[in-house]
Amino acid sequence: MSLRIVVCVKYVPDATGDRHFAEDLTTDRDAVDGLLSELDEYAVEQALQIADAADDAEITVLTVGPEDAKDALRKALSMGADKGVHVEDDDLHGTDVVGTSLVLAKAVEHVGYDLVLCGMASTDGTMGVLPAILAERLGVPQVTLLSEVAVADGTVTGRRDGDAASEQLQAQLPAVVSVTDQSGEARYPSFKGIMAAKKKPVESLDLSDLGIDADEVGLGGAWTKVEDAAKRPERTAGTIVKDEGEGGKQLAEFLVSQKFI
Amino acid sequence: MSTLTKDQLALAEATLDFTQDRIAPHAVAWDQDKHFPLDVLREAAGLGLGGVYVREDAGGSGLTRTDGVVIFEVLATGDPSIAGYLSIHNMVGWMIDRYGDDAQRARWLPGLCAMDTLGSYCLTEPGAGSDAAALATRAERVGDTYVLNGVKQFISGAGASQLYVVMARTGAEGPDGISAFVVDRDDPGVSFGPNEKKMGWNAQPTRQVVLDGVRLPADRRLGAEGDGFRIAMNGLNGGRLGIAACSLGGARAALHRSVEYLADREAFGAPLLKSQALQFRLADMATELAAARALVRQAAEALDLGDPQARELCAMAKRFATDTGYRVADEALQLHGGYGYLAEYGIEKIVRDLRVHRILEGTNEIMRLIVARDLIGAAR
Repeated sequence: MSLRIVVCVKYVPDATGDRHFAEDLTTDRDAVDGLLSELDEYAVEQALQIADAADDAEITVLTVGPEDAKDALRKALSMGADKGVHVEDDDLHGTDVVGTSLVLAKAVEHVGYDLVLCGMASTDGTMGVLPAILAERLGVPQVTLLSEVAVADGTVTGRRDGDAASEQLQAQLPAVVSVTDQSGEARYPSFKGIMAAKKKPVESLDLSDLGIDADEVGLGGAWTKVEDAAKRPERTAGTIVKDEGEGGKQLAEFLVSQKFI
Repeated sequence: MSTLTKDQLALAEATLDFTQDRIAPHAVAWDQDKHFPLDVLREAAGLGLGGVYVREDAGGSGLTRTDGVVIFEVLATGDPSIAGYLSIHNMVGWMIDRYGDDAQRARWLPGLCAMDTLGSYCLTEPGAGSDAAALATRAERVGDTYVLNGVKQFISGAGASQLYVVMARTGAEGPDGISAFVVDRDDPGVSFGPNEKKMGWNAQPTRQVVLDGVRLPADRRLGAEGDGFRIAMNGLNGGRLGIAACSLGGARAALHRSVEYLADREAFGAPLLKSQALQFRLADMATELAAARALVRQAAEALDLGDPQARELCAMAKRFATDTGYRVADEALQLHGGYGYLAEYGIEKIVRDLRVHRILEGTNEIMRLIVARDLIGAAR
């Protein structure tokens, strides 16, 4: 039977653009171009490699986001994923990670899955906890932050590299897996892939399709509230240590005071 | 035509990612070391750059010329020399796809598309450049075979390429006596001159290709006997667009860097970019490039649609874009002052690379001739 892989991807504001908050303190998406989160490209790449190694596999890319989020799906489809699912609903505006995980869980169940793949974090919110919450909601094992991953005989195995040691992890499918930026460089979409992407099916869903009430998501349903947002302070010139015989010592003292050493 | 489609934007974006990661950081070193980066070319083939215009059944990307000029402009922002070679390689692939029979397409195109085999185009000879129809390389029919004798000059990629589309004379004087052949590097009798020392385009080799009694079976002939000149000229229509796009890309990169440099460089108590005189020069550079780009895209569209004016438009686009691109790059060098003259800044390299675009794929004088012939013909 075909291995069903669902890759959760996020459409994020381009980090090289000038990013702002809107009046309700959510990200102002109109002011800046968006793209497929680079950390999610690693998940797409691993999905493609797992699918290549399997006899038969189908990769669905799933995103929750506004109309433009289709661009993130399109990029993943041009890299080689088979189909897309786009959850879009005005009531989703301002949804936090808890709400997003609910939407993703329902959508993943709607699609049907053996393996859910995620990036290690989004490049905008950088929460990094979504894969764990998603696994909890789905009631399946979570194998997170892998830098190496493989699937065989209904089992996912992988390596998680920590500061002190590397762990070999294993779980029965179905499972939720997240991969790091060390898992292998994502491929460039090929021209053929780009032209083929527009012919691949993308299913559009809203909250009612997934049986989710509007008050479970959005700004109102969020478990966290942004009280205030301030502009990043202008960069100031750093501390300059002049060597007048005691330079080395002063440098060391500075590093100690900043807890670098 | 004036704005890109969503597909073209995605093609440009993928090409830009590749160019910025794999090409641009090495361009100056490749030029200085005269290094032809075969590994990067093979990687480029992964995107589909090995067979941009080749149909998909033979491993190509099946794109249009209108797509192609977008792709080659972006590639050339990283390195006009590598982009220029890729344009030539794609001209060879297009010719085999367009004029080859099924067996020839199946035999050569998958390798060219994957860039496991590279292609070169052999028209020019030591004694026949602009007057290409006067070429002297002979292909004599001996039984079921042809025996080729002659020398091809200024061949881009020569030595490194596996396949050479060679124009040789099978019949009488003039264009109708020319046929096209696919010669393999390993065919007995093929040899190469030394790597030429050049002003630019140093990241790819240029050599003479010497054909000394090279015996080819008849299935190496592309198209019918006597079709060679037409094949060569039709190949060049697309090749000229490719080179024109490469000039746009090189010049665009030079302009972009000039803006950054002027913003950074302070003189007389302020960043140079505050000077309105310099702003106006940047504005003119950008405007002239935009005009050249519009003409290149118009010509590409004409070629895609089979417009009867396509040949003249390609010649106009090649002449205008390569002259404009060179002028803009030279102006960028001037704006960089002494730093522009240093190899490290990468600007003088762009100037040297773009200089040859005004000469190859038909000199800009020949481009004027093509345009003028059409005008004069219409007036008669």
